[in-house]
Amino acid sequence: MTEGYEQAYEKAAADAEDRLASAADIDAVADVERELLGRRSRFTEAKRRLGDLDPGERAAAGQRLNAARERVEAAVAAARARLTASGRADRYAAEQLDLTERLPQTAPLRRGHFHPVTQARDRLEDVFVGMGYTVAEGPEVESAWYNFEALNIPDWHPARGSFDTIFVNLGEPEEVMLRSHTSPVQIRIMENRKPPIYVVAPGRTFRADTADATHLPAFNQIEGLAVDRNITMGDLAGTIDEFVRALFGREVKSRLRPSYFPFTEPSAEFDISRPDGSWLELGGCGMVHPNVLSNCGIDPEEWQGFAFGFGIDRLAVMRHEIDDIREFVNNDVRFLSQF
Amino acid sequence: MKVLLSWLREFAPGIDGDPGALSDVLSALGLTVEEMTVTGAMPGGVVLGRVLDLRPHPDADRIQLVDVDDGSGSTLQVCCGAFNMAVGDLVPLARVGTVMPSGLEIARRKLRGQTSEGMCCSEIELDMGADAEGIMILNDRVAADAEPGTPLAEALGLEPDVLWDLEVGANRPDALSVMGVARDLAAGLGVAFEPPDWSTPASGLDISAAVDVEIVDPTLCGRFVGRVLRHAPAGSSPPWMANRLTALGQRPINSIVDISNYVMLELGQPSHTFDLGRVSGAQIRVRRAGDGETIVTLDGQRRILGSGDGVIADGDDDVIGIAGVMGGASTEIDAETTDVLVEMAWWDPPSISRTAKRLNLSSEASTRFRRGADWGYNVERCMNRFVQLAVEQGAEVAPGMIDERGNLPDRRPLRVHTSRVNSLLGTSLSAEAMAGHLGSIGFGADMSDDRAGIDVTIPTWRWDTETETDIAEEVARLHGYENIERTVPTANEAGGLSAYQKDRRLVREVLVGAGCCETQPMPFVAPGALAAVGLAEDGITLSNPVDDSESVLRTSLLPGQLGAVAYNQRHFNGDVRLFEIGHVYLPAPEGQLLPDEREFLAVALSGEEAPAAVAVLDLLAEALALPAVEMRAAVLPGMHPTRSAEVVVAGRVRGAVGEVDPEVLEACGVSGRVAWLQLDLQQVLEGPRTRRRYRPVSKYPPSDVDLAFVVPDGVAAVQVERALRASAGSLLARVELFDSYRGSGVPEGSRSLTYRLRFQAPDRTLTDAEVAEVRQRCIDETSRRTGATLRS
Repeated sequence: MTEGYEQAYEKAAADAEDRLASAADIDAVADVERELLGRRSRFTEAKRRLGDLDPGERAAAGQRLNAARERVEAAVAAARARLTASGRADRYAAEQLDLTERLPQTAPLRRGHFHPVTQARDRLEDVFVGMGYTVAEGPEVESAWYNFEALNIPDWHPARGSFDTIFVNLGEPEEVMLRSHTSPVQIRIMENRKPPIYVVAPGRTFRADTADATHLPAFNQIEGLAVDRNITMGDLAGTIDEFVRALFGREVKSRLRPSYFPFTEPSAEFDISRPDGSWLELGGCGMVHPNVLSNCGIDPEEWQGFAFGFGIDRLAVMRHEIDDIREFVNNDVRFLSQF
Repeated sequence: MKVLLSWLREFAPGIDGDPGALSDVLSALGLTVEEMTVTGAMPGGVVLGRVLDLRPHPDADRIQLVDVDDGSGSTLQVCCGAFNMAVGDLVPLARVGTVMPSGLEIARRKLRGQTSEGMCCSEIELDMGADAEGIMILNDRVAADAEPGTPLAEALGLEPDVLWDLEVGANRPDALSVMGVARDLAAGLGVAFEPPDWSTPASGLDISAAVDVEIVDPTLCGRFVGRVLRHAPAGSSPPWMANRLTALGQRPINSIVDISNYVMLELGQPSHTFDLGRVSGAQIRVRRAGDGETIVTLDGQRRILGSGDGVIADGDDDVIGIAGVMGGASTEIDAETTDVLVEMAWWDPPSISRTAKRLNLSSEASTRFRRGADWGYNVERCMNRFVQLAVEQGAEVAPGMIDERGNLPDRRPLRVHTSRVNSLLGTSLSAEAMAGHLGSIGFGADMSDDRAGIDVTIPTWRWDTETETDIAEEVARLHGYENIERTVPTANEAGGLSAYQKDRRLVREVLVGAGCCETQPMPFVAPGALAAVGLAEDGITLSNPVDDSESVLRTSLLPGQLGAVAYNQRHFNGDVRLFEIGHVYLPAPEGQLLPDEREFLAVALSGEEAPAAVAVLDLLAEALALPAVEMRAAVLPGMHPTRSAEVVVAGRVRGAVGEVDPEVLEACGVSGRVAWLQLDLQQVLEGPRTRRRYRPVSKYPPSDVDLAFVVPDGVAAVQVERALRASAGSLLARVELFDSYRGSGVPEGSRSLTYRLRFQAPDRTLTDAEVAEVRQRCIDETSRRTGATLRS
């Protein structure tokens, strides 16, 4: 019988090896493992029964049983390795996806878009913040004091007519208006703050312009104001140079041309260079008029300042080559999603 | 202001050079060149032709056949599309071979079988004006003895010239004249400026015996200069004058009007002419109008005057002209006129400005008076020029000149400190250099003994100039803005956005991340638009809207957002997620002039229901760390009455969330639902925030418990959630509603709400007994507080 036992070990091991070699999945491997190696398996049972044998036979039988057991363990490990690798491959093959096949329900993420004017405004704010400026804001409905008088534009001044102001039915006739420029914010800042002042003021402004491809009655400007002890016109020109380079690139130059605004003196228009050598008018600027400083309670003998202003919408127009600015207020998502 | 090179050279012969380079100098002086055109360059081959015969074209209605004498002895047949000629007319004829300004070469050709041997030309074809209507008729524009065949340029006295259109600022009254531009340009080029003077022999009775002028209000009129012409010229002006007026944009009218315009354009001084015979008593009184006085002006309109308006009255004290603005019809020059009173005056600019604005009457003359005309010697120069031109055209002039004075601007010499000018400009110019610049444009500049200052005499043609800063600007202009060294100020402060501005950017970023596109509709709406969206029609109105449909200031972002949704739907863009951050203008609080203007945020999600808007609110509340955000069901204007709530932040109402009222949507042409959120962004961002304080994360496993309650409809889910939180205490890590169910097993008037509660302790694994205890407490407490019952 002992001979029979020994042969049985080897036969069982050989059978197991055959079954494992042809096993198609992990479950088949697990079956073999349970039958031969588990707690109630044939090999475990056989090991328990070794004690029934003669002591002389016991050692030899034990060795053979162990050898068979090791053969099966090795075969199980090999089959498992084989099946895990191919199983993974099968799974990958089965799970293959064409990522360019994009149905709406599988692409639920869609970001929105910042308005192009907001993007231009943020960019400007960032440039000026980098130059040491803070950002101020003011109301869009203004009084004649802030929009005109404090800015050295008395009621009879010829420049008043050039603003095409939209007036509001509040107060006396022409006493309240939609601000026609962002310059009133200069006054509000200087009335409330002591120099040194370095601020920019972006915001919506209004003129009685009929909407067309290049005009809107509501548009956006940014105003800059610096008031300090020794601010010069050279500082103004240098500051414009610096932000023009930051906005448009190092190769773009700026130039100043004499002009007239009641609230600055000397006043200038500033142009930027184009690749073809011509110049593009960008905005107006100048040294803050002493009357404006006085109107805000700042002593012009002690402080000097410069101011500049230009259109924000126009920067977005230039950047994206937009040919009809009415799109800014139509709010068509086909337009907005381009930016 | 338009100027011609040839005209400028009459004041400064040294002005010369490449027109483009001259343009750059003008622009650098602040006389910005808006347009430069080379004019008078008549193509060779255009000659004077005389119309000999006009015949219909046998086979074409819109063309006629013209026989033209071109001076060659033979008659040319020309096919012409214009019909404004008569036999005998002199017209411009472009001979075969002429290259027109457009580049077209005139060839001999056949039009419907008829030969055309040249072209009769209109203004626009010769680049001489904008008139494209008919052929130029030259009968009155060439000398009486002009022969056909004369080159047109010669016949019209045209020479190649350069025309500049300059932008002149309101501070440059002097530059609204050829002489003023010439003065600046000569200074810019460093060449001599030599204005001519004119004098004319006078004859007859002295003017002082003929006219009596009194300045009643000296604050209105600083100076009144007058002369009298006898036998004033009638008829049209000579071609050279007509050509110049035309070039500068003035239509030639008749001799006397043209002289007035010519002197104004050339020297900057407007003038007015009265038919002296019709001035009652030959008396002129310069005064302010009485309230309600009237006058019929030259344009035939009856105008009612106000007490501030300056007027010219006659011997009966009747108003015969509005000072500096427009003359009266009663004393207008006509064919009967024999004696003419020419007036040149200096009017107080603010007075003229107010009158011109009040009467909405703007003219070339009032534009100059508003900016401040010259009150010095040039007035006499201008009067002399007027007289000289009139006498050239057949008038006689009476001896003597009226020269009455009122209050003139006080322009005593001004001490200018070179150090102050340099510190403003950032330059280091010497007193000599500054004096040199000022002297070049006619300012008197005497250097003080210590060379620290200059005593500057401001010329009478610069009314705008009265302070040291004004002088600094002139120095900068002549020195050249481009020659100022560029520096950057050293701000000793850090720049940055305010907390509000940073948070506003965060709001935008969160919303863009949530798939919303930012919109910027116009902030004005049509009358009735607020009512159409269910809001009070109390928007502030505009006095002079660009369009009636944009005449009310919005009080809510709702009309604009619904407009944008409707626009997108109309354009087949389907459902959209939109947002806007913009101002609304609420009625001004009592005692305040300006409206209560606030920055609002709105989110409109078309095709979505109220919970989508609530989800956006949650996202924002979390991103901004808003404390205690609650929704209180409410019926709100414009909103769906059973699907909307007030948004309450830290106990204060800050906006609304839910859906737009379907009736409002219909009125706005929007289909489907629109989920809506509007917040008073300013108050939200300036209000309290939760401080984000660290809480250690637990290392022990959680226990999840699901509880389904039957909840009566009157009880809001948020009440159940609050009860759960209160009863669970500190062991509750999370509570989540994950199912809402109505139907079998749930009584009518209730729904089943299932919550998943997660219990977790920071310091231990919870035992089954602990979890069971807290679970029971949640059930009991929630039932007690809300009337919900556990669903078995």
